[in-house]
Amino acid sequence: MGGYIAQQLVNGLILGSMYALVAIGFTMIYGIIRLINFAHGDIVMIGAFVTLGLVISGKIPFPVIMILVFIAGALMGILIERAAFRPMRGAPQVTGFITSLAIAILLQNLGILLLTAQPRNFFCPDYLQTIFNFGPVSLRAIDFSIVVIAVVLMVFLVLLVRFTRLGMAMRATAENLNVARLMGININRTIMLAFAIGSGLAGVAGMMWGGKYGQIDPLLGFVPGLKAFVAAVIGGIGSIPGAMLGGYLLGFGEVLFVGLLPPIYSSYRDAFVFTTLILILLVLPTGLLGRKTEE
Amino acid sequence: MLEVRDSHAYIGQTYVLKGVSLEVRHGEIVALIGANGAGKTTTLSTISGLTRSRRGKILFRTDPDGTQRDITRAPAEEIVGMGISHCPEGRQVFSDLSVWENLLIGAYLRKDKQAIQSDLRWVCELFPILGDRRRQSAGSLSGGEQMMLAIGRALMSRPRLLLLDEPSLGLAPILVEVIFEMLEQINAQGTTILLVEQNARMALELAQRAYVMETGRVTLSGTGRELAENEEVRKAYLGAT
Repeated sequence: MGGYIAQQLVNGLILGSMYALVAIGFTMIYGIIRLINFAHGDIVMIGAFVTLGLVISGKIPFPVIMILVFIAGALMGILIERAAFRPMRGAPQVTGFITSLAIAILLQNLGILLLTAQPRNFFCPDYLQTIFNFGPVSLRAIDFSIVVIAVVLMVFLVLLVRFTRLGMAMRATAENLNVARLMGININRTIMLAFAIGSGLAGVAGMMWGGKYGQIDPLLGFVPGLKAFVAAVIGGIGSIPGAMLGGYLLGFGEVLFVGLLPPIYSSYRDAFVFTTLILILLVLPTGLLGRKTEE
Repeated sequence: MLEVRDSHAYIGQTYVLKGVSLEVRHGEIVALIGANGAGKTTTLSTISGLTRSRRGKILFRTDPDGTQRDITRAPAEEIVGMGISHCPEGRQVFSDLSVWENLLIGAYLRKDKQAIQSDLRWVCELFPILGDRRRQSAGSLSGGEQMMLAIGRALMSRPRLLLLDEPSLGLAPILVEVIFEMLEQINAQGTTILLVEQNARMALELAQRAYVMETGRVTLSGTGRELAENEEVRKAYLGAT
């Protein structure tokens, strides 16, 4: 039993890592322009397909593929911001929200049109499939890489936001766009950067998603997008550490729910996720690490 | 130094500035007084570039013998680099950032690291409390301390012209005295100040010249003393009967 729980906890860690990476982008974009970006999950899908394309197309080493996927996600984020969200700047929040739904539908249908709805097998090099056993816990190299890469990326991001001039500008812009401009901060560039980083991370999460589940299709972004949204809200939307915490909590919670209860309940995992969300919001309306007073 | 010529501006659909003209000369403290909704804040934000004027011109000259630049269409993030710093109404410090970061971000566009350090020391001499609380988040400061931080932050860009919007707002009278004394000092050290104030009495005392605004227009102007003695001003803004 102890070994089984340990295995489940590790699974939660893996799932949580992916949720956290996607949730960070959600929270960054919301934090800076108060936009709930429902197209964010579809960047995960794009990341997965870009990875697949690069794997098929040649012998590019995986670390290089990861960098390329990050760049592809970032470019996609920048493109979406420029084309869809910048013209909506200053419009009511609902307008941005609806725009993001439109982008999500557009991306999914473009995916179906160009790639067909047929799920495809995701190739992983053999060395990523190697299984390691740590006592009762068995891990594939890819699972291990997912956690390590996610943690490294998150540490990197926190350092960037906390300690660099750029991070300071991002935090200032997130708090007050107009006053940030008075300081000489080019807010268009800062907003673009938030989209680029957030979407880059979502792209990498897509690469992980494919590697973990072995199959990808153009609609795969929906679930991670929704879960990451929930994770961001649980953690306190707008807060980067909150998104990470929310991602891991959700990952653990979901895996333990499925793993510890009798199998007949496992199809209720999404119900569990949303019940958790509702319960947390009832107690802490701004999430776990959100600001206590919203303006 | 600064010349606003017949500026017309809208906030949303509302016609707020209906042809404002005013001038600020090098080394002066100029006050802009008037009732709520007269357009004082909007005048400042058209100068700093946050609000675009629909008509009119805003001209700025950094030094007395420098060339005059038309900044009417320049975006806010560039105007601060030209030497105009806008300290907005209601303080608006970045409450999630530390006191020190707020000051550093005031110098965001500057590259002269050593001069930034010496300016940080200067601001902390003006407002010692900011040095003491450097690691605290700005949101944890009291109203008066936040005002000092907002002024300090605005000074960190080394402005030639400081636009100040209602520094006395919501502060205890004794704190207002302190802040106004500091403004006098800052001005004496070479920063020109354009001050928007509801507290007309103090503003007219401090300023060499002043303008009175009413419903989007400048209706009176003169030296601080002239206006303080003007019958209408006394009735409307100084509470004389």
